[in-house]
Amino acid sequence: MKKTMTLPNIRRYGMSCMTACLWLLSATFSVQASTPTQGVDISKMAFRPGDMTVKPGTKVTWTNRDQIPHTVTSKDKGGVLTSQGLDTGDSYSYTFTQPGDYVYFCTVHPFMIGVVHVRK
Amino acid sequence: MSEFDHNGSGHDASRRKALGCLAAWTGAAVLWNVTGGVPRALGMTSDGTLQSAPANSLTFVQISDTHLGFNKQANPDVVGSLRRAIADINALPQRPAFVVHTGDISHLSRAEQFGQAREIFKEIHVDRMHTVPGEHDAIDDGVNGYLKFFDTDGHGRAWYSYNQGGVHFIGLNNVQNFKMGTMAALGDEQLEWLKTDLANVSHSTPIVVFAHIPMWTIWAPWGWGTSDSDIALALLRPFGSVTVLNGHIHQVMQKVEGHVALHTAASLAYPLPTPGQAGFGEPSPMTVAPGELGKLLGTRQVSVVRGQQRLALIDTPLDH
Repeated sequence: MKKTMTLPNIRRYGMSCMTACLWLLSATFSVQASTPTQGVDISKMAFRPGDMTVKPGTKVTWTNRDQIPHTVTSKDKGGVLTSQGLDTGDSYSYTFTQPGDYVYFCTVHPFMIGVVHVRK
Repeated sequence: MSEFDHNGSGHDASRRKALGCLAAWTGAAVLWNVTGGVPRALGMTSDGTLQSAPANSLTFVQISDTHLGFNKQANPDVVGSLRRAIADINALPQRPAFVVHTGDISHLSRAEQFGQAREIFKEIHVDRMHTVPGEHDAIDDGVNGYLKFFDTDGHGRAWYSYNQGGVHFIGLNNVQNFKMGTMAALGDEQLEWLKTDLANVSHSTPIVVFAHIPMWTIWAPWGWGTSDSDIALALLRPFGSVTVLNGHIHQVMQKVEGHVALHTAASLAYPLPTPGQAGFGEPSPMTVAPGELGKLLGTRQVSVVRGQQRLALIDTPLDH
């Protein structure tokens, strides 16, 4: 016979789960002691991956693998992504702190488009 | 009405002949004779000598896409390629009135690359050098970095015009208004300037336009076109002879619309695939077999014959 969970039980179970999660989170932070990172390759005239989802606080690094220069530039003027021209092997990083959708492109090749979704 | 309006029936024949000759082009120099804006092939060199320009003409040379600073596999020695072109220009039987560089002087818009270009250009035996910026010359700070080295005509702007030898020359900047997902544009301010500039020019004056990105749509998915070029071409259409000289696509192509002839030039750095070429999802530098590169890079000599309103175009590969 299936046991029905009483209200106090749910509360106790929920509390212990949250405690565990908090403990895990703090453990993660104490072990890494740095921001999480993600990489984007710029190769064959495309951002790879061109669509990614990260948590706030993630540092994303773009690296140019092409023979020609590219930029990582926010779609809208005044946006947060403002790389210089990246030569082969050059990198550009940005740490996203605020949730949102960050659409960017390469000003040298405006048909190269990427997006970073920052979600809690 | 211009005098060329009377020659309508001859244009198609000339064009067919030109296109037929284009199909037979094998990399040797081709002499293009442009009458009323319509190119007509006169002949090819097969013995490797440089074609001399028609007598009594204003002659200038177009070079393009030198990409100084590039040093990858497709061409580890772009300076060497530029110097070979300069040797060809200095060996021309008739000294050109000027040399025009139609953009992508540098690879990364870096000051040292512009500085190196300016120093090497001094080796050309020519009185004047004109330039227009390419998108590689406008990477970090628009055209401001470019203008520090090459503001010879526009006085703080990257567009300008001047008259020489009875021809009205116009340099345009179509690499500044990049917006995501669209082709480059000239922009309203420049188009307004062009309209004002052309208002002072008689319709019988031959017009030669320099701009980096082709002023017609060659392959939109690669950005090989100018989104508002139709507005510029509408302003140019009333003139009897209009020749538009572009770079950007690193290969010789042309299109004729009435009295307007548009030409792209070879690069002096590396070849790019043909528009939409199968197997190339993107316009990246092509590494060719050893010994092939010099056949795909080159210079262009352009002549305007006074009184005849003719332009003759001679495309010469570095290997000849």
